[in-house]
Parts: sequence; C-alpha cells; structure tokens
Amino acid sequence: MHQKIQFEVSYESKLMSTTATIPFSDVRVGMRARVASYTKDQPELRRLAEMGLTEGTEFEVVKVAPLGDPIEISLRGYRLCLRRKEADGLLIVVIS
Amino acid sequence: MPKLESPTGAQIARVALVGNPNAGKTTVFNALTGSFQKVGNYPGVTVEKVEGAFTQGGKRYHLIDVPGLYSLDVVSEDEQVARDVLAGTGTQESKPDLLICVMDGNNLERNLFLFSQLAELGLPIVCAMTMTDVAKDKGVEIDDAHLSRLLGVPVIRIVGHKGEGVAQLKDAVSHALLERPTASAIRTKLLSDLRDSFARAGYDYSTEQLESEVAHRPEKLLSDAEPFPEIQDLLTRIRSNQIEPRDRYKWAESITQEVVRVSEAHRIKRRSDALDRIVTHRVFGLAIFVAVMYVMFQSIYTLAAPIMDWIEGGFAALSTWVGPMVESNEILASFLTDGLITGVGSVVVFLPQILILFFFISVLEGSGYLARAAFLMDRSLGWCGLNGRAFIPLLSSFACAIPGIMAARVMPDQRSRLATILVAPLMSCSARLPVYLLLIGAFIEPRFGPAWAGFTLFAMHFMGLIVAIPVVLILNRRVIKGKRLPFVLEMPPYQWPKWKDVALTLLNRAKVFLKIAGTIILFMSMVVWALLYFPRSDADEVAYRSAYASLSEDVKQSISEENFILERQTENSYLGRFGKFIEPVFVPAGFDWRISTGILAAFPAREVVVPTLGIIFTVGSDADEESESLRSQLVSAKWPDGRPLMTPWTAIGLMAFFALCAQCMATLATVRRETGSWKWPLFMFTYMTALAYVAAVAIHQLSRLF
Repeated sequence: MHQKIQFEVSYESKLMSTTATIPFSDVRVGMRARVASYTKDQPELRRLAEMGLTEGTEFEVVKVAPLGDPIEISLRGYRLCLRRKEADGLLIVVIS
Repeated sequence: MPKLESPTGAQIARVALVGNPNAGKTTVFNALTGSFQKVGNYPGVTVEKVEGAFTQGGKRYHLIDVPGLYSLDVVSEDEQVARDVLAGTGTQESKPDLLICVMDGNNLERNLFLFSQLAELGLPIVCAMTMTDVAKDKGVEIDDAHLSRLLGVPVIRIVGHKGEGVAQLKDAVSHALLERPTASAIRTKLLSDLRDSFARAGYDYSTEQLESEVAHRPEKLLSDAEPFPEIQDLLTRIRSNQIEPRDRYKWAESITQEVVRVSEAHRIKRRSDALDRIVTHRVFGLAIFVAVMYVMFQSIYTLAAPIMDWIEGGFAALSTWVGPMVESNEILASFLTDGLITGVGSVVVFLPQILILFFFISVLEGSGYLARAAFLMDRSLGWCGLNGRAFIPLLSSFACAIPGIMAARVMPDQRSRLATILVAPLMSCSARLPVYLLLIGAFIEPRFGPAWAGFTLFAMHFMGLIVAIPVVLILNRRVIKGKRLPFVLEMPPYQWPKWKDVALTLLNRAKVFLKIAGTIILFMSMVVWALLYFPRSDADEVAYRSAYASLSEDVKQSISEENFILERQTENSYLGRFGKFIEPVFVPAGFDWRISTGILAAFPAREVVVPTLGIIFTVGSDADEESESLRSQLVSAKWPDGRPLMTPWTAIGLMAFFALCAQCMATLATVRRETGSWKWPLFMFTYMTALAYVAAVAIHQLSRLF
C-alpha cells in the first residue's frame, strides 16, 4: 500500500519534470510532447518512425476517441491516430 | 478495356504512379487516363492492380497505379507489391521507365520521406503536387520552382477536378524520359556531409570523387577515416545504404523549411477542427455515425429495390422471349431459361446494391468522413483483431456479402482486410431471409406464437455476428500470415468529394462485378443446371405418368401431375441421387435425403432452397417462403418409420445451417476476385460448411437429450 502511494507520487513528478520520459499510453488531451526514444527495437515500431514520429519530433495530443482509443495527435502538419497499446514502445517527454 | 499495347508495336513507356495513401493519387490517375482503365489483381496476392494508358505527342504511355504506401521498406503486402513493381521483380514485368511521385502539398514532410526512398531507385522521377488548394486554405504556400531545384526533378501542380496541370504533367513525363533527371536526395546530402567532414579533417574530396570511391575502391577512404569515428560512422552508413527514418525526416525538414511559407492564417484553427469537434464528439459523433449508416443502408434497400425488380423483370422477359424460340429442343430451352438466364440474372440483380454502396463509400472516403467513422469505431472492432474501418464491409454484409466483401478494400492493411473478407459472409444476408421465414412460419410461429417467431429471426441474424468473433481471433492468430503492424489512421482534412473520381470508381466496380457474373457464375450455373436436369428420358416420363395414373384420387387431388413428374425427375437427377447418397451424413443433424438435396441445390445460391424444397415436397417450383402448402408439407413429412421428419429443433438446426454455411457461388467468386487466388474461397467454403454442419448436428443432438 505504502509502496503504491510512493509510486504515484513519483509518477506525478515525472509528468512535471521536462527530462523524464513517460510511455505514449499515458498521454492526455492537450499535451504537447516530444518523442524521446523507442523502448523496444521492434520492426513494428519502425512504422511509427516512418509516419514521422522520429526521435525529437514534437506533437500535440488533439483528441481521444469516445471509447478511449485511438488517440489523435498532430505532428509535422498532419493528423495521425494511434492505438495506446500499439504505440506503447514510444517514450515521450512532456513539454506542456 | 483499354488497349495497352501500342498499335504500331513500338516500344511504349511504362510509368508507375506512386504516393502516400490519401495523397490524391487516384485523382491524378483519373486525370491522366480518363476512363481508360483496367482493374485486375497482382498474381497471388490480395492487392488490386489498376492500369491505364495515355498519349502525349503521339507516343503511348502505360500507367501503373502502385498501391498507396507510406514507406518502401517491406513490411506489408502492399509494400512488397510496390517494391516488386518498382524493381521489376516478383512479377513477369520489367521495371518501369519512369516514376510519377504524387506529393500532397498539404503534408509535404511526410510525402518527402517516401520521395527520398523512391529517389534511391535510380529511375527518373516527376513530382505531381496535389492538394495545394487545401494547403492554401491553411495559409501554406509552397515554392514549387525552388522545390524542383532542391529535388532535382520537375514538380508539377495538379488541381485534379479542374484538370489543371495535367497537360504540363504529361509534357514533363515525355521530357523526363529523354533527359532522365536523377533525383538528388539523402545520399547526396550524406555525401556532401561526408565531404564537409573530410574537409574539416584536412582531406579535400569532391562529392563526385567520394561517390565513385565509395562504390569502387573504398580502401583509401577507410584508412583516411581511421582516426575519426564520426566520419567512419557516416562512411559505413553511406556504404551500406543504411539510412534511418530520422535521417530521411531531417532531410525532409531541411527541404520544407526552404520551400514552405506559412502565413498568419495558419494560426487560425482549421475549419476541419471545428467540424471535428461535432463529428467525433462522444455523443453527437456517435449519433451522426448511426444516422449516416442508417441513410446508407436505407438507400441500399429502398433505392435498389425498384431497380432490382426491373432487372429481375428484364431477365424473366428475356426467358419468356427466348423460351418459345427454342421450344422444339426441350433441353436447350431448359438450359437457356432455367440455367443460363436465371443463373446470371440472379447475380446481376445485386449490381444496384453494389453501386449504391460504393457511391456512399467513395463519397464518405473522399470527404474524409470514413476516417472519422473509423476513429469512432476502432475500439469496438479492434479488440478482436479488426479495425475501425471494418464496420462498412461488415454492416453491408447484412444486406449482401458481395458488396460487403468488395467494400473491404477500404481497409488499408491486407491482414485485416483478409480477416474481414473471410468473416463477412457469416453476417446474415437478405438471401437467408426466405429460408428463415419459411421455417419459422412452419414450425415456430404456429406453436409458440409471434414473440418467439420474432426472437428466432433475431437470433439467426445475431448468431453470425457472435460466431464471427472467435473466427477472427483464430484467423489472426493461426491462419493469416505476416506481421501485425500498428494501426495508423491518418485524419485528412474535410473536402468535397471529387465527382469524377466517384463516377470512375462506380464504373470500375460495375465492370469487375459483371465480369464475375459473366465468367465464373455463368459456368457454375451451367454445371448446376446440368446436375439437376440430367439424366432425363422420355421413357422415364412415361413411367412417371403411369405411376401417377395409378395413384388414388385423394392423392391426385393434393398433387398435380406436373408437380409429381417434376418431383420424380428431380429425385432421379444426379443431384437428387447425390442427396440420397449423402443422406447418412446429414442424419445426425436430423435431415433426410429431401432436405439434403435441398441443401445441395442451395450451394450455388442459398435462396434456391425454397423452390427446390417446393419441387421435392411436390408443391411445384413456384413455391415461395409464404407458401402454406409447402409449410404444411414440411410439417406433415415423415421418416420411413413414421416419425415426423422435422421438429421445431430440426427446423432451428436447418436455419442455423443456412446462417453459417457458405452457400453462395457469387460470394466465393467475389472472394476469388478480391484475394487473387482460389485458396481463400476454398478455405472460406470449408470452414463455413464445417461450422454449419457442426451447429446443425449439435442442435439436433442436444434437442434429443431433453
């Protein structure tokens, strides 16, 4: 129990800090974020990089679908929708 | 069909049209070729091949529409096909002579990513820039001339629906074939980076020198680079051509920074966003979705119905017109009217539904709504391995699986497209309705009342949907090969659909469908007709007549001579004999040879079971699902030992059989057309028939326990 609270505190502080990374599945609407790295070197994740989510790319979370998934983001002047779980290998840094 | 060969036999240039999905590739293709298009399949794969032709300066060009793709790295089937077409491998055809790269001016960075890969193929390239009007609305201005200088290839603006730029594009293509401009992209940039790095290290190389030394004798370069890890790394990447997506995007960013000017208008929220707040809203969005789907399917039913009646009437008139002309030859008359005309007519009748559905699909796709609907629906379909776009094919299949399967082309990835195609026929189509109505009217409604009758009808429609879920899960885990890619859905800005593109889509779909009806269906109709007609002889007919004459007056009252003879002829036909032969197979499901023959006769088209049962139960071939005499014959039919042939449970088993079985040759032929091989229709036929059989047997056996 005690441990869990500790975890949540550190998670919130991660959100605050500008250098700590969070997985893509934790994004919220309205966030601006930057792609930090890919956790897994899966060929499947290469598709996300090909779509423009390369390291250092900034994006904005535009909308979450009514049923919770997929997530619409805006990057490189266009709109892309991704599923939370499938983009989980993507680590991001929250800008604002 | 367009003539793709040059009439003089001279060498014609092969041009491949490549671009991102949603980049306006179809519009450019249509603008270049008009209606000179041929739709086919790449051999052995589900990917559709569209080809066309155009002329410029007296020379003929063969245009190949390469499937829309984001990247040339081979991960999906589409990308494999695209690579094969561009490299001239895998197919019998040679490399194209030139590429037209369609670039969405509204989305330049990501489109340049693909361009950078195309540039490495070493083919001359011409860029066709689309959507510049949309970009302008967003306050984005592009300096084409500068872009053309930076890329080293011509850049032509195309405004599709106005036909602007098409002549210039054709002109650029003909010039590019002579001048062969080579695109300078990443490699050139990496080479100039290498030159700069070497210069900093005190070595003076030109990029041309580097290029040739890297290719032919890299030893000196390698030893020069020895002390500098940074140069070594660059050199290795250039040598192995190992270019990462981030290198390509860095290059794309550097290009866009130079050629794109964004005015203040860009700061104003997009109009699309305002619309999206409503269209993808959690309440209004879902309401709009339901309304759009309702209008679409209501139109398919109500608008198609009168046209379908005309077509049916037309074929019936054709039958009555042809019949008397060949009256002297009974076999030929039966072949033409019952076999050929009825068989082909029963398939052509679906054309209006297909065209209406594709009208809606191309309008929804062209306007950008389809992407929004997929966004809304993805969660509800994604968990079992499909995705948001599957709702149109699956919903349409409740009307008819043929347009549903054709509609599966809205799914951009081949894995989920195939999964959708394979489960689409499990949705209970309108041709199953007569079977349900006949049996519910005979066994359920009289005994259990209208409430249970309604419930049974609902359960039959729901069953396919429920069964489809585990089927998709198993298909995705065990049957369909290939990598699963993350689902990426692009949200294009809203646009007015381009009516010329809509019209050409309808034309192509109609051609494809009529070709199926005119080939495979025609052949199957002849086979099935022959199985039901032969063997037949005058001697047999005489015997049947005397058998009828010796019947008691009571029986004669209830059965006409004509129906009696028809029943005997059918019983004696190859199909009837086969029905008797496989009766033991169907006995565990509680079906005798009569039901078995009905089931067999229904394999080409399930709705045929009603008239066939009419013949076998001696009420004549014009019996329909409302026929009281057929219903009472079914209820009073007995096994040889006197037990009633059918109980309500056997009837439910029979309905379940029809709900799950792949009894529709037009569907199988469409699957063959859409997947490019007989493998998938065979697989579909096998698994659905097995499911149907198991369900019917299970229902009958369970009912005997209670």
